[in-house]
Amino acid sequence: MLIPHPLLGLRDAQEFTYLGDANLLNRPDPTAPDAEAAFCDYVFLRDNPAGKHRELWFHEQGDRSWLVVTRDTLTHEISDVELATDVARRGK
Amino acid sequence: MRFSGFRVIKEALTGHKGWGQLWRNPEPKSSYDFIIVGGGGHGLATAYYLAKIYKKSRIAVLEKGWLGSGNIGRNTTIVRSNYMLSGNQPFYEFSMKLWENMEQDLNFNAMMSQRSIINLFHTDGQRDAARRRGNSMHLTGAGGTLLSQDQLRDIAPYLNFDNARFPIKGGLRQERAGTARHDGVAWGYARAADKLGVDIIQNCEVTGFKMENGKVLGVETSRGYIGAKKVGVAVAGSSSRVMSKAGMRLPIESHVLQAFVSEGLKPTLPGVITFGAGHFYVSQSDKGGLVFGGDIDGYNTYAQRGNLPVVEDVIEGGMALMPMLGRARLLRGWGGVMDMSMDGSPIIDKTQTDGLYFNGGWCYGGFKATPASGYVFAHLLATDTPHDVATAFRFDRFARGYVVDEKGVGAQPNLH
Repeated sequence: MLIPHPLLGLRDAQEFTYLGDANLLNRPDPTAPDAEAAFCDYVFLRDNPAGKHRELWFHEQGDRSWLVVTRDTLTHEISDVELATDVARRGK
Repeated sequence: MRFSGFRVIKEALTGHKGWGQLWRNPEPKSSYDFIIVGGGGHGLATAYYLAKIYKKSRIAVLEKGWLGSGNIGRNTTIVRSNYMLSGNQPFYEFSMKLWENMEQDLNFNAMMSQRSIINLFHTDGQRDAARRRGNSMHLTGAGGTLLSQDQLRDIAPYLNFDNARFPIKGGLRQERAGTARHDGVAWGYARAADKLGVDIIQNCEVTGFKMENGKVLGVETSRGYIGAKKVGVAVAGSSSRVMSKAGMRLPIESHVLQAFVSEGLKPTLPGVITFGAGHFYVSQSDKGGLVFGGDIDGYNTYAQRGNLPVVEDVIEGGMALMPMLGRARLLRGWGGVMDMSMDGSPIIDKTQTDGLYFNGGWCYGGFKATPASGYVFAHLLATDTPHDVATAFRFDRFARGYVVDEKGVGAQPNLH
């Protein structure tokens, strides 16, 4: 599997480590009244879709950037890649 | 029809014309008392024990493909009960006892072969951990022996004992562990359940659940609506997909695990051997092929195929452990989709919907659990209370902080 890094071009997936669903960027508010339940969902529950999946990959053996990769879990086809910092700054 | 030695001889003399079908192929009825979604090992075992032990009737098993077409047909067939925690080891030992009596119980040759498993250790620290694990196995009667390097050299002289980086210091052996014929297990349970009146309905995909006021009324399927008092879902590999139709998100990610088999060789391996310094396990099938595997690929996927870096990693582990492996030709490799749960342990529990029950999250340990999983799931469906050996496998263990995390890596499914 090759991942099209936005800065470095096509890189072998072996250079990356995988974290999981990109929703992990959306950390719940720890001061909210329902924080305990929200964190339980955040840590343990996943959509785990069959189809398009936005997920976090870490370019550990490369430039050590975090990427948000949109990949189809049925075909492994990658349709979109962004730097996670860009996604986080946009606030979604 | 009962299988027996006498019967085999009789059929041999009369041209094998009297065997007949192993199970019926019935049309679905309009409603059942119990519907089991998933016609794999766990689902079929559940239906069998519901009928046999809990004396229930009007049971159907719905399978979207053909019987046993999921992970029961794609695993590496290892049976063992060498776990450690009080939440899971009694369950796996219960399973092992069911395995030991399965063929007599089902009157079917599942080729259960208790050839032992040896988990190797390579450092003093690993030896201590193996001794501790062995002691906790003895607490549940699972047995186990700590082998020295000399004892191991007698059993498997071809291992790479003097590897410079990972010398083999010994191993923990469970003599009662072994392998079984994976398809035979599914067929045996299907035949025995069918005989007790269970309807096994193939090519019948569940497309939705009908629920009202927090209670399940039945399932929508590709072959029409079927009503049910209770629905048990045992579809490991597709758990998130099926349960999302009931509005549930699960503490599960789907990952692919690859397995491989070599050309047939003369009897070489005494049982299952696992590498302690990398992730590699190997056994020898009855046909002679070396069956082996290692880590999952590590990213979410529903494709039943993996990528090459993991192939390389598995083979490297094999070569480090057993250099003679390099002389065998690889026959084939395949992948299966695993329910990787957040603590590496399964879930067998009620859901928030009345009458809807869930069994899944088996990671890559589902095959050895097949009989016990069916037994305790049947217990839950029949009595609405968890079986004594499966009280730890609840949904709310994550929120309550009672995870059963044997490996201790936390909520990171691809590390389990």
